[in-house]
Amino acid sequence: MNELSPKFKYEITREPGGENIKLCFACGICTASCPIREIDSQYNPRRIIRMVLLGMKERVLKSNFIWLCSNCYACTERCPQGVRFTEVMNAIKNLAVKEGCIHPAYSQQIHILAQVGRLYEIDEFDNNKRAAFGLPKVEKTKGFTKKIIEMTGLAQLILSKKG
Amino acid sequence: MKYALYTGCTVLGRSRNYEMAARAVAKIFNIEFIDLADFECCGFPIKSIHYRTFLVMGARNVLAAEKRGLDICTLCSACTSSLTEVNKHLIEHFDEKTRIVATLRKQGIEYRMSRNISIKHFTKILYEDIGTNEIEKLIERRLSNLNVASHYGCHYLKPTDIYNNPEDPEDPQSLDELIRITGANSIRYNEKMRCCGAGVLAINEDLAYAIARLKLKELSENSTDAMVLMCPFCSVMYDDNQKKMEQRFQETYNIPVLYYPQLLGLALGIDEKSLGLRMNRVSTKALIEKIKR
Repeated sequence: MNELSPKFKYEITREPGGENIKLCFACGICTASCPIREIDSQYNPRRIIRMVLLGMKERVLKSNFIWLCSNCYACTERCPQGVRFTEVMNAIKNLAVKEGCIHPAYSQQIHILAQVGRLYEIDEFDNNKRAAFGLPKVEKTKGFTKKIIEMTGLAQLILSKKG
Repeated sequence: MKYALYTGCTVLGRSRNYEMAARAVAKIFNIEFIDLADFECCGFPIKSIHYRTFLVMGARNVLAAEKRGLDICTLCSACTSSLTEVNKHLIEHFDEKTRIVATLRKQGIEYRMSRNISIKHFTKILYEDIGTNEIEKLIERRLSNLNVASHYGCHYLKPTDIYNNPEDPEDPQSLDELIRITGANSIRYNEKMRCCGAGVLAINEDLAYAIARLKLKELSENSTDAMVLMCPFCSVMYDDNQKKMEQRFQETYNIPVLYYPQLLGLALGIDEKSLGLRMNRVSTKALIEKIKR
């Protein structure tokens, strides 16, 4: 208990999407609506909100469960307090990344996006196939996404946490 | 009607059938698609880890269309919600939009602001802008012996507060109406509004498949001819991975999964090849034979 960070909730409210977390009155409709919770009890929206409000920063940011949100917005639509829990989860993950905790699946996606501008590379082979089906050619990336990832500091954030 | 066609990553990488069917259907309704070379990823995968990057990635795509005075037509529901959210944010925060344009310019990425544009999913364009009355006039073959399960997915509907004319996310109607217009029966089923699970596929496969299974299992038990959807992520779960799930759970589903433009295309009399129906992973052969009967 001596590891609690009472200011954790304010760090979350400062992140885009985390603004409304303190409105939660713990009714639990988020948990009851959650398709992930239905299968995996590790992931419990109401519990995650409580943990944040109680200041359990380390335990939340370093957990595996924060990466399990499927982004379905069922909780957000039903919340009577307008907490927007899907966005709260995004705020929590944004903060986790700043603190050096990122799920490897995401680091991998960032590398691909920086290289090809999309999650899938469309090479000459694909373009030939597209042409055979009458689809227009997909141009190679002009490096826009790479520039943005570098410009916002995301690239450095990921690279500095490697290894 | 003219739109910049925003395919996004997954349609280009995995769903050529969807792109083909959408283009073929658009042609019939005189919807002109313009392909822009500078569209890249919408930013959706980045939102949960770095909001700023998500915002600028989305903004750049919006600006690329805005520069040419074109509204955007999306095919993927995740792209739809991402670009809609970013576009709404830019319209409501003009100062931030100006700052993003300026920072992009410093990187040598030049976009001039023009009139605000709108982002619309292809299915929504068919439903709202073409309309079921107009569509009905062009139906050549009524698919009246088909029982079809509509799958809306999440981001086509939610979050409702980013969309103009949002539907009730608990009881949406647009896709069901669009299915009925083809003559097919849109069935009622318990798992209709369940998320496909694709959002966690890269993080936890077991979990993602356990979620996707619930819908396939119910549909396989009530003699459904096909599932109809409009998001490539959902299709990856239900079509691309259906065989894998059958093996994993030792169950048989055998549910063909069609993109809505493929179903509509059949009713409009477009040939199967142009609709990419041979590229669907779960065979659509029996389904097509049933239609011809």
